[in-house]
Amino acid sequence: MSKTLFDKIWDAHVVKDLGNGEVLLYIDRHLVHEVTSPQAFEGLRLAGRKVRCPERTFATMDHNVPTDENRMNITDPIAKAQIDALTDNAAETGVTLFPLGDDRQGVIHIIGPEQGIVLPGMTVVCGDSHTATHGAFGSIAFGIGTSEVEHVLATQTLRQKKPKNYKVEFTGKLQKGVTAKDMVLKLIGIIGTAGGTGCAFEFCGEAIRALSMEGRLTICNMAIEGGARAGLVAPDQITFDYVASGNRVYAPKGAELEKAIAEWKKLTTDKGAKFDHELTIDVSDLAPQVTWGTSPGMVTDVTGEVPALDAVPEYSPVDVRNALNYMGLEPGMKMTDISIETVFLGSCTNGRLEDLREAAKMIQGKKVAKGVRMIVVPGSEAVRYAAEKERLDRIFVEAGAEWRYAGCSMCLAMNPDKLKDKERCASTSNRNFEGRQGKGGRTHLVSPAMAAAAAVAGHFVDIRNV
Amino acid sequence: MEKFKTFTGVVAGVDRANIDTDAIIPKEYLKSIKRTGFGAALFSDWRYNNDGSDNPSFVLNKPETAGAQVLVARNNFGCGSSREHAVWAVQQYGFKVVIAPQQDDVPAFADIFRGNCGKNGLLTIEMPTAQVDEIFQTLEKEPGVKATVNLEAQTVTVHSASGDKVYPFSTDPVLRNKLLNGLDDIAQTLQYAADIAAYEARH
Repeated sequence: MSKTLFDKIWDAHVVKDLGNGEVLLYIDRHLVHEVTSPQAFEGLRLAGRKVRCPERTFATMDHNVPTDENRMNITDPIAKAQIDALTDNAAETGVTLFPLGDDRQGVIHIIGPEQGIVLPGMTVVCGDSHTATHGAFGSIAFGIGTSEVEHVLATQTLRQKKPKNYKVEFTGKLQKGVTAKDMVLKLIGIIGTAGGTGCAFEFCGEAIRALSMEGRLTICNMAIEGGARAGLVAPDQITFDYVASGNRVYAPKGAELEKAIAEWKKLTTDKGAKFDHELTIDVSDLAPQVTWGTSPGMVTDVTGEVPALDAVPEYSPVDVRNALNYMGLEPGMKMTDISIETVFLGSCTNGRLEDLREAAKMIQGKKVAKGVRMIVVPGSEAVRYAAEKERLDRIFVEAGAEWRYAGCSMCLAMNPDKLKDKERCASTSNRNFEGRQGKGGRTHLVSPAMAAAAAVAGHFVDIRNV
Repeated sequence: MEKFKTFTGVVAGVDRANIDTDAIIPKEYLKSIKRTGFGAALFSDWRYNNDGSDNPSFVLNKPETAGAQVLVARNNFGCGSSREHAVWAVQQYGFKVVIAPQQDDVPAFADIFRGNCGKNGLLTIEMPTAQVDEIFQTLEKEPGVKATVNLEAQTVTVHSASGDKVYPFSTDPVLRNKLLNGLDDIAQTLQYAADIAAYEARH
């Protein structure tokens, strides 16, 4: 029978068919962070249960942590309680923890791939919707709630209904400066934030094959913003080279790696396999994207305008009016006329080394515009070290940006990095919902180069012309 | 988990589509390590003014909807983050049920949110858009109207001044059984401990 990549991985992980449309799915890797785990560990304790597979469970602190030089001294008592809880829980249960201050600490979806924790063919879960990121390896990776976190800790399995298969093919060749971030924003603009509900995306096509591992991680990261549980890219030589490179402590090496790669090569969709939905997007004319509204689907070309109230298919005129009121924008405004006050470069979407390099290239020798504040937050301590080795930090600091330590930072305002009411931000993160980056904060999602260019100009610019 | 059979409560409607988890519970409230105390956080950006006082124009602050237990919204409710705190906020405010419209390709609830609701016994009901429209119209005319939600019979009965209006719904049978009997997921799964061990031995 012809199977999709998703089907193959799913079927290989079924412990038991529960006979009601649900299966018991084995979980190879459970990633954990401090915000969604405390109640799960507490639940385990209250029920007198242990963590079944501590060796498959990896934790870090990322959402709550400050990113400045005083970060080791957490002043927010509630944040501290959460971080302390994770430290205690890890010590008590034997789960591997990369704590604040450790070289391997960082945003969980950045360190998973970095440390070789996530590999092709695996099932990976975390109490965080951007777990979809790891699908870039050709793994089934998805976000779960705290009750499911507890279930995985106790049983190393999950009860799941199989999602449908949704093929998203990207054809053509990207123009210079246009990136994976723009590809996924375009996708969400087309299908809306519920377009992929009930489905797992498989991203394929020449434009996907041409992406580096980091580019693929960016696209899969935002699968959830298109409503899908997960987003996968079939592994290829680029994937195998990534796993083999660097010092990925938890990945196989040598002969074991060769054996693994031979298996991973089988992780492709069979010819003739059926998808429940299909979509093709040609990226040849894709312009850099900028969101204008309060959802990732409210997005347009940088060369475009804020739309008319009735011109957005997925949203009613009332919804569009609400969004524009919140964002302080009017229909017809050119995207390039929108000034920004703050720029955030970071997050599990675009906080990796290549993202920092692209932004550095754009900003090198220039200055952040007067009245603009830019913070650059490497996604992990490993990314930070690598960036500092290449002196990217010097480029950002000389331009007038702040160089920080790793953490989720301004993506979601759970830590000291947040926007004030009505503060407008060009952000390389993944969500622009009302209040996401701070109550009243106005978020525009863009790629790293677009964010850097906006920092210099003080407003959005088409980087293809820079 | 408590058993869910049938109850009668006040209905409150928030007439917006795509209500995301940041709107349901802003991140500032996610720092708790407890499972309780999230009721005050529900819709807080809409519910409270900047100085913390109640925003009188928000539906939950109107006297008629005090103690509401049935929430009606529009499609794609709960999109965004996987934070289960969103469910806890809705439940701990006092809601036992969320009703949202399902139409063509547009779902009533985002996947992860719906799953999280099931884990906590917060019943999610999908209805045709026309019926949800009707309920919003009733709410407009009769704020504070009550409804009876019966999971055994799978009906929502809105007790309008002009007479009862019955809306049938369907639920996933596995979930329905779990809610009716207040079953614990983990205990159920551990019945398959031998299968899990067998899988681990094979890999």
